[in-house]
Amino acid sequence: MKHDFGYFIREGVGNLFSHGFMSFAAIGITVACLLIMGTFSLVAYNAEMLLRTLESEYEILAFVDDSFDEEQTKKVGEDIAKLPNVKNVVFITREEAMEAFENRSLDDYMRRNILPEMFRDRYAVYVSDLNQVRRTASNIENVKGVGKGNVRVDEDIAGGFIMVRNVAGAVSIALVAILLVVSVFIISNTIRLTTFDRRDEIAIMKMVGATNAFIRWPFVYEGFLLGFLSASIAFGLQWLVYVTVVKSIASADTLQFLRAVPFADIWKPVALSFGGAGIVIGVGGSLTAIRKFLQV
Amino acid sequence: MIRLKDVEKEYDNGTYALRGISLTIEDGEFVFLVGPSGSGKSTLIKLLTGEILPSSGRVIVNGFSLTKISDRQIPLLRRSIGVIFQDFRLIGKKTVYENLSFAMRAVGSSPRTIRTRIPYVLKLVGLEEKADQYPHELSGGEQQRVAIARALVNNPMTIIADEPTGNLDPARSLEIMRLLNRINELGTTVVIVTHERDLVNRFRKRVVLLENGLITGDGIGYDAK
Repeated sequence: MKHDFGYFIREGVGNLFSHGFMSFAAIGITVACLLIMGTFSLVAYNAEMLLRTLESEYEILAFVDDSFDEEQTKKVGEDIAKLPNVKNVVFITREEAMEAFENRSLDDYMRRNILPEMFRDRYAVYVSDLNQVRRTASNIENVKGVGKGNVRVDEDIAGGFIMVRNVAGAVSIALVAILLVVSVFIISNTIRLTTFDRRDEIAIMKMVGATNAFIRWPFVYEGFLLGFLSASIAFGLQWLVYVTVVKSIASADTLQFLRAVPFADIWKPVALSFGGAGIVIGVGGSLTAIRKFLQV
Repeated sequence: MIRLKDVEKEYDNGTYALRGISLTIEDGEFVFLVGPSGSGKSTLIKLLTGEILPSSGRVIVNGFSLTKISDRQIPLLRRSIGVIFQDFRLIGKKTVYENLSFAMRAVGSSPRTIRTRIPYVLKLVGLEEKADQYPHELSGGEQQRVAIARALVNNPMTIIADEPTGNLDPARSLEIMRLLNRINELGTTVVIVTHERDLVNRFRKRVVLLENGLITGDGIGYDAK
């Protein structure tokens, strides 16, 4: 028997409207669930992106003992490079450090009064994992020619982001699991209402010899439509919320260092995950609801 | 053809509904199945339509062996049988025509087949004027005729009617029986469950009497048992 798509979709849409309020409620709750999941995932994603930028820019400064000659200083760099979690080591002479310092800041008075001797040769150390900055720093301190107190680490910036990423990541995973179940349950109940409404028709269809597949399809399409509509609405809202939040972050002076990923760069995966989740929720819900009709 | 051999049915709660019955109904026969309440008539009907399976014995209906029928084959078995109930079981919010097209859709008939078949069947049951009416606008006898039309519309080999006249007055009941007789004359096997003795005796047909889960009579006419 061929798949009578037109008939099934008409029946499915009819089901949707036969319980307009429940369908509306199911869509509302699914949209809310998708939005919450989406928001936490996007926060986690942005935190992750920021961390990667930070990681690539983040440097530990290791100051080299003044008494070391060129050869010894080079050896210090090699020793640091061998340490775990060290991605890259860049040597900065005191002159370069001074130049950078001058460019970055200060009025003419200070500029005139700085002497290269006030700076020391140093290594900028780049790490692969910000989580381990503290241990890496103490390892660097143990390198001969550096020593205690000669390593500078900005732990606080990294620490804050790591926490945001870890919390948002964990929360979004937990939420995805919980909210998926909740949404499936809500949609399943909505569809169960329709099946209850149509139990006479279902009984007659079985009596005249309709296959289970034939009986099932309209409900599967109903679930699919519920999920798909929810996903579309949730995607639109997510877009709006994201763009608004990004805009307000960009205009807030204190949050300048937060560079959010533009929505244009991520809309495809977001749309795909919303669509996928919506359809899984919808079809999952309808299959749960009509499971009992699968028995003859 | 319907063939039962030593069929027993014991329900999970321990009641014995059928205690070993053997019965053959040839293609094209017209058979009344009579017996008091609780004699096993309903169980027998449910066995024939594949709603329940026998505890032991063999049941063959229109070429399907019900002791080893697969879930996939049950819809096919049911397409070979048209069932009529005492309470009609029409869909209230669909018109007569839609009730019939619904039953045809459900088995995958094409729109073209539906368009040509329904007027034919409606004419057969004498309701061609009522196609666009809703069940609640019809009399009980007319509703039962719609149900008969629905049972016929997919062109089954066998019609099984479970107390088809239980809700009708004697005149309408006779009308329905005559219609079923007419359908039988057109070649369909008809099995009617009833306990209306007078009605049965008006037709000189085969009567199978079921009592206490056993066949206690099989012959022409109710009183011939």
